[in-house]
Amino acid sequence: MALTDELKTLNNAFSGLGVDEKSLISILGNSHPEERKCFRKGTPHLFKEDERLFERWNDDRVRLLKHEFMRFKNAVVLWAMHPWERDARLVKEALKKGPEVYGVIVEIACTRSSEELLGARKAYHSLFDHSIEEDVAYHIDGPEKKLLVALVSAYRYEGAKVKDDTAKSEAQTLSHAIKNADKTNPIEDDEVIRILSTRSKAHLREVYKHYKEISGQNIDEDLDVALRLKETVQCLCTPQTYFSKVLELALRNDVDKNTKKGLTRVIVTRADTDMKEIKEDYENQYGVSLSNKIEETANGNYKDFLLTLVART
Amino acid sequence: MATLVSPPNFSANEDAEALRISVEGWGTNEKAIISILGHRNAGQRKEIRAAYEQLYQEDLIKRLESELSGDFERAVYRWILDPADRDAVLANVAIKKSHTDYNVIIEMSCVHSPEELLAVRRAYQLRYKHSLEEDLAAHTTGDMRKLLVALVTAYRYDGNEINAKLANSEADILHDAIKDKAFNHEEIFRILSTRSKTQLMATFNKYRDDQGISISKALLDEEANDFQKALHTAIRCLNDPKKYFEKVLRNAIKRLGTYEDALTRVIVTRAERDLRDIKEVYYKKNSVPLEQAVAKDTSGDYKAFLLTLLGKED
Repeated sequence: MALTDELKTLNNAFSGLGVDEKSLISILGNSHPEERKCFRKGTPHLFKEDERLFERWNDDRVRLLKHEFMRFKNAVVLWAMHPWERDARLVKEALKKGPEVYGVIVEIACTRSSEELLGARKAYHSLFDHSIEEDVAYHIDGPEKKLLVALVSAYRYEGAKVKDDTAKSEAQTLSHAIKNADKTNPIEDDEVIRILSTRSKAHLREVYKHYKEISGQNIDEDLDVALRLKETVQCLCTPQTYFSKVLELALRNDVDKNTKKGLTRVIVTRADTDMKEIKEDYENQYGVSLSNKIEETANGNYKDFLLTLVART
Repeated sequence: MATLVSPPNFSANEDAEALRISVEGWGTNEKAIISILGHRNAGQRKEIRAAYEQLYQEDLIKRLESELSGDFERAVYRWILDPADRDAVLANVAIKKSHTDYNVIIEMSCVHSPEELLAVRRAYQLRYKHSLEEDLAAHTTGDMRKLLVALVTAYRYDGNEINAKLANSEADILHDAIKDKAFNHEEIFRILSTRSKTQLMATFNKYRDDQGISISKALLDEEANDFQKALHTAIRCLNDPKKYFEKVLRNAIKRLGTYEDALTRVIVTRAERDLRDIKEVYYKKNSVPLEQAVAKDTSGDYKAFLLTLLGKED
């Protein structure tokens, strides 16, 4: 293992998403103590020279490694789960983690069909002896609370019928609320919440179109400063673009662990629904196929599992 | 307990034929309609409608609508619909009134079980191509909108788990808000519209133990505005629906005119559920059986129909 090739492979085995189990088995498993010492000395980001003259594992890295080993297990468990239990658990986890991940609550409330969201609410009763809206209302403080409670409580009409003048006037209302953002935060504006949390998706897509005609920009572009609202609109009106963005971020090199979890979450939760459209959108936006990017960035069983899910459509 | 008396064995085809005869030709045999429909439960009524459609290629409901009139027609129309569909119609009527009849919405969302409320929301979408909350939100504003939409979109946990500590702290929160007359406090909305019914009962009981007065009495106020009244109604419906319905009936019978709506609504919507218990509460409070009060205050076919639903033997 003095060869740099094997050192490089081992390094790669431990970096990125998931771990390259095969290489670890064939290289590390076959290594002599001397070779392992070379490995430890050759990977300063994994091992530090201790004052008592031995190379010790970097504690933080070991913790991160645990997460990387678990990525495959988490993906499998999530995939095997009933979609209702899956969504209920994802919401509960997001509530526990805190404001940085409340976007997941928006994602689930807005990209699922009315019946799927209902199912998640039922599963939540069984799993946690509370209703989703109860816990969301209790644990979330601050301006986004009203919107999030309303979004998880919605049971939207799923048909295609839309009243054009209502859509037009509601686009006006939204435009007005965004222009007056300095007076009232649009995320707390009752009309904004009403429109986004009660109208059907078909209706909201018309509103999206009319908004562009009125203000020249897409509404989510105008909402750059109000992240939750932006996510809400994107999830409701352009979900595939939203998902491909989550994937693109998750596949970057130096992002935080919550962002990385987006990869498993999106692929597992969308593989049976709109994965095909998400793949197309991803390739159009970022110029590389999703499978190729996953091949580059992920390792081992985790990588193979994701590629299998992605290749189903 | 229900007051409806329906036979365990029945023939949908025979009933459909009998109803056909009662609407054919000049005039209508209202007695026959009351005697049949007034003694059929929801499942049976559904079968009768299907049988009638198959036999005569006509919608029984539309036919009855055209043959009957007045309070009697309104009562029969509401009665013959599926329970969830009926509530969807009642909700739509309540919303579209120039001054939204919030009591109907509150009743529906607070008295129903979570699954029943869900069924109403589905039926509403099927019938009106909008979600219930969509229409409700578009026709109301401010605090009233917040309260009604929150109540209607709730899908409460319906288990028996109670958190006593939470009941204590939330009873205190409610007390503080009521004391400061901050009726539109965020916490009031949150507690009333998201907590499970059993949890709310525990909270209301704790409130009564601490304050010596029930929370609904604490909200009683001559000068209450609409929103405060709505809050009061919601709490009464959540706390003790039978007592609430008795009050609605008592008020409906005392006054004449526009209150047939409420009288019809309570009798038609509760006849297959808990109208018998409501009758007992009524008798205790008024020393007069409900049937007697209804008979005194109504007349004709409408009266006969209501009394049949109340369990009167033919």
